[in-house]
Amino acid sequence: MNVWLNFLIDSLAFGATFVYGSTGEILTEKAGHLNLGIPGIMCMGGAGGCLVLNMIGKSGLPGAVIVILGIMGALVMSMACGLLYSFLTVTLRVNQNVTGLALTTFGSGLMKVIMSKLKATVYLTGPKFFYRWPFADRQDSLHCLGILFFLAIAIAIAAGWVLMRTRVGLHLRAVGENPATADAVGINVTRYKYLTTCIGSGIAGLGGFYYIIDYMASQEAYLSIEAFGWLSIALVIFALWRPPVTIIGSFVFGVLFSCSSFITHFDWIRVTMANKPLLRMLPYVVTILVLIISSIRNKRENQPPASLGLNYFREDR
Amino acid sequence: MNRRQTEEVREPLFHLTRRMGISPVKAWGIRAAAFVLGMLACGLIAFLLIERLRENPGRIGAFYYAFIKGSFSTSYKFWKFLKNVAILLCISLALTPAFRMRFWNIGGEGQTLVSVLGAIAVDFYFGGRIPEWLLLILMFAAALVSGAVWGVIPALFRAKWGTNETLFTLMMNYVATYLVSFFLVVWVPNGSSSLPRQQHGRLPTIGNDYLLIILIVLVLTIGLYIYLYYTKHGYEISVVGESVRTAQYVGIKVNRVIIRTMILSGMLCGLAGYLIAAGLDQTVTTESVGGQGFTGIMVSWLGGFNPLTMILTAGLVQFLNQGASQISQDFDVSGALPNVITGIMLFFIIGCEFFVNYKIHFRGSKKHAEAAAEMGRGIGK
Amino acid sequence: MEKQLALQLRGVTKHFGNKHANNQVDLDVYKGEILAILGENGSGKTTLMNMIAGIYYPDEGQILIDGKEAVIRSPKDAFDHGIGMIHQHFKLVDLFTAAENIVLGTRQEGRYSLRAVNAEVAEIVERYGFHLDPAKKVYDMSVSEKQTVEIIKVLYRGADILILDEPTAVLTPQEISRLFDVMRRMKEDGKSIIIITHKLNEVLEVSDRVTILRKGDHVATVNTRETDENQLTEMMVGRKVSLNIRRSEPVNAVPRIYVKDLNLYSSEGIHILKDLTFTVRSGEILGIAGIAGSGQRELLETIVGLHKPATGTITFINPKKDKPVTFFHKSLKRVKELAAQDAFHDRNMNPVSFQGMRNRDILKWVQSEDVLFREDEVIDLRDRTPLEIRQLGIRLSFVPEDRLGMGLVGSMDMTDNMMLRSYRKGHGIFLDRKKPQELAEQILRDLSVDTPGVSTPIRKLSGGNVQKVLVGREIAFTPKVFMAAYPVRGLDIKSSYMIYDLLNQQKEKGIAVIFVGEDLDVLLELCDRILVMNAGSMTGIVDARTTTKEEVGLMMTRTARRSGEAEE
Repeated sequence: MNVWLNFLIDSLAFGATFVYGSTGEILTEKAGHLNLGIPGIMCMGGAGGCLVLNMIGKSGLPGAVIVILGIMGALVMSMACGLLYSFLTVTLRVNQNVTGLALTTFGSGLMKVIMSKLKATVYLTGPKFFYRWPFADRQDSLHCLGILFFLAIAIAIAAGWVLMRTRVGLHLRAVGENPATADAVGINVTRYKYLTTCIGSGIAGLGGFYYIIDYMASQEAYLSIEAFGWLSIALVIFALWRPPVTIIGSFVFGVLFSCSSFITHFDWIRVTMANKPLLRMLPYVVTILVLIISSIRNKRENQPPASLGLNYFREDR
Repeated sequence: MNRRQTEEVREPLFHLTRRMGISPVKAWGIRAAAFVLGMLACGLIAFLLIERLRENPGRIGAFYYAFIKGSFSTSYKFWKFLKNVAILLCISLALTPAFRMRFWNIGGEGQTLVSVLGAIAVDFYFGGRIPEWLLLILMFAAALVSGAVWGVIPALFRAKWGTNETLFTLMMNYVATYLVSFFLVVWVPNGSSSLPRQQHGRLPTIGNDYLLIILIVLVLTIGLYIYLYYTKHGYEISVVGESVRTAQYVGIKVNRVIIRTMILSGMLCGLAGYLIAAGLDQTVTTESVGGQGFTGIMVSWLGGFNPLTMILTAGLVQFLNQGASQISQDFDVSGALPNVITGIMLFFIIGCEFFVNYKIHFRGSKKHAEAAAEMGRGIGK
Repeated sequence: MEKQLALQLRGVTKHFGNKHANNQVDLDVYKGEILAILGENGSGKTTLMNMIAGIYYPDEGQILIDGKEAVIRSPKDAFDHGIGMIHQHFKLVDLFTAAENIVLGTRQEGRYSLRAVNAEVAEIVERYGFHLDPAKKVYDMSVSEKQTVEIIKVLYRGADILILDEPTAVLTPQEISRLFDVMRRMKEDGKSIIIITHKLNEVLEVSDRVTILRKGDHVATVNTRETDENQLTEMMVGRKVSLNIRRSEPVNAVPRIYVKDLNLYSSEGIHILKDLTFTVRSGEILGIAGIAGSGQRELLETIVGLHKPATGTITFINPKKDKPVTFFHKSLKRVKELAAQDAFHDRNMNPVSFQGMRNRDILKWVQSEDVLFREDEVIDLRDRTPLEIRQLGIRLSFVPEDRLGMGLVGSMDMTDNMMLRSYRKGHGIFLDRKKPQELAEQILRDLSVDTPGVSTPIRKLSGGNVQKVLVGREIAFTPKVFMAAYPVRGLDIKSSYMIYDLLNQQKEKGIAVIFVGEDLDVLLELCDRILVMNAGSMTGIVDARTTTKEEVGLMMTRTARRSGEAEE
């Protein structure tokens, strides 16, 4: 395949990690909770999925069953983290930043402990081909476009549709914008916050799992998930809190991130080693610019949810 | 006004009120209980994760003893403990003025990292070419300026356009990280991207390697405590944090306070960066700060944004960290165990603040009626 | 056609603490009528309506709907009974469109489609003649449009009894007449509408019957056609009650602040203060009367420099004439500048010049109190920030309405709250807590503040004690002008009288006092002159000693007269 096309597809596949992470984070933020635990949750999702695969990887179960069980493992583990985060911030009303950071510390640590005990030959070697269906046999970048890649795109589009086109989405946005008003019209604020945080965490967890099992499919892949978790939070701002936009945004981030390794294929681009870090810095700089520009333009639709970061307590005025 | 009447009727099993005040004994009792519970939870998790413990449950005593061993068993470990507390405390202190102003600066990591970079850059270019004392001063200045610049940029945008400071400062961390990688590539042409220890620009030592750093941070702690509680600036920070409207009413220029405080916050991160650069590492890597900028947020919050209490909380976090490292050594488990232990303990310790700040009233209890009366008095934040 | 009863109240009573908010109130509302509830601030109108709407639950009495007893314990119960209330403070999500806000929280069968909702909303808009685009975002809306959304929100949920809490307070005359058209159409549709208002002309214009409440009691219900403004005012304000507030004659009242043609617009472009012109005098209490939200708060905030007026002037007269220079200036540089402008004379009326003198000698001369100001100082306060006003040496005390949100910091103790005004004093960087602490202790003693001590966070104090702390601090500021907005709101009788006494003491010291109050009896007995405001305009200034409650009541409630009459 053409090097160019190869590069673009690879960026797209790489970006799916961020699509998961930022779609999950967007849902949580739409409920008014800035979840800085997302990197840890993504780690835990990856660990959960691999833990399950480590048990069934060589069991000879049908591929579809292995795929589904792995996904379940990732979901259960990351949603458990989401539940913990919700309990601390929604019920116990602890500062969201502090809780999120503690969760990231915990999640990334626990993942490393778990992953160090798993055998890549079991959880990775066999199962990765099931996940890479239908392109598992290809030698080019297309092999990364597996089930989880398409699931990411579907989830991002579905999340956008739910948020903007359904009653549940309307209620959820009301909770994040103005919980007191939502409460006054009879919306169960606590339930919405819990559910979206848990679902969002589950989605983010799949991102970690995808990165380990499909995109990188290597034994060391888990070491870089935390960094991509932070990038996912950046992407939320870049996408202006719109899940479908994360697809484009993560493609752009993917291009910026992986072009430094692909760029050597093009002799007409002169690149030195020094440019690599700068290229990788670019997503963050662009995100900052987006944040600044959207605050200067002050268009209401592009602002963070109004109650982001503030815990809701009905009796407070 | 009083809305209790309607809610009493469809009251769930319990309801919550903010406490108007709690005796320190009770508050510390709650915290101590959380600590003990957290320790038990750590034991439980350790049981699941550590094979050697599962095989030999009798070693659970050794597991807990490792916490103490980690920081206090040898004088070297103890000094290392004090040094680590000092650096963590320094970063936490730097973030505190901003937090007291309700400016959620989570960019301590980046602010400290660029300061390390700034100091090492001076060291790299001028080391050996100018007198050592001048080099140290220049490094110090570079660290302070870099930290201040990194801190004030988000503050300027927040003051002018209301740009969300939490997200902005978060992003600045990563820009700092890649800035460091960039310079490492430039400075280390062989491609290894690891800058060898510089020969110049080393802080003089007194007693042992760490004492000077510890003393500097101790002085800073007391100084910052005085600044926050006994100076006009500190007072203005508190007023702005509590109520912007009150601040305007008494004629405080809110934006100026925000910018001034973030410059200070950045400069203190700069000091931390200088201590790391000139006092300890004499080199820079993307991991020079090692996540302490984030841990510092938790230390500061747990310490109630009070510099003196933060000595305790920084000590606690470091104690857990070194204890857990000791465990990974003694029980031969992955080096990431400290993060797990620290995370679990933090969940318990931050979760218990809820019981310090809120009262739970169960349905039908006598206190329930009192709560209603309390509501009527009006509850502020 | 026989009129059908929609809602009946029987002996409804509600206490807050030991205070009656409503006492044995009976009320009938028929289908297809507009009932106006009239009463002063604090007469219990809103409390009564909140009981119907499920915000409060009555201590005693019954509520009957369609003849059957109903138990209304929550807003949801009220909705289930077809009752909807439109509050003064709108509860809307700014980022949503009108239609989205309207359907928010409803649970209907079938798929959610914004288009269908838009159509339904458009149908309601059409039926009652509202002016509203269902797809418009709330943040783009005027106050009137937001109110429309709130009304449709209630109608959409199927309400048959609508309660509107002072709906016209925030509307322009055109918007009011449009609202009334809508109300009439809803009435024709068989809905019952209860409107809470203070404005007599509106009552007469739109309602079928009027219920008058006074101090929580039901005074009378009359048919609108059979009454007039004077009768309603009399029933509303009642006989004058003697409160025995000590009032001294103003001594040597000279102008202290001139306000001329003052106009203020809010950030949303609403005209809040309209062409205000008046004079504040020293040694006198100027009362400001008006329905809550007529611009009283904004007027005071504009004077102290918190808002920038669009047009007009605020001039402060600093009484310096024949006073020694040492009283006002510590900076020698500034004194020399003033001397160069020929601002001083000595005790024998000879001009003072420092030409060719050494600084030491000038200082000596000034300190001998022999150098006097020639004239009063005239200072333009407009467009100056609170800090700039302070730096000019002008001390304006201000007791704001929002005590803990603006005047004080709840989490700080008395000492630290004392410092809010004075912490800048002194040159060093350190705070001086000694003097504030002495002041706190003095206020604690003098005003008998009930608190464990000066180091207790003031959030823990009761409302009356919080107010004593605030008023005490503002008095200790030794101001030239003392302004207080609703200083006795929520206070018990004893604390209220203490505040009145303090205001009187200020007046006797020759300080110009501005008192924004809501109780007409108090205004009439405490103040020397009363400025009456109505929807941002001034309807007149009256002599408190000769005016009557009815006169002030009428000026508060009737729409502004021609501007010519509004002059002093």
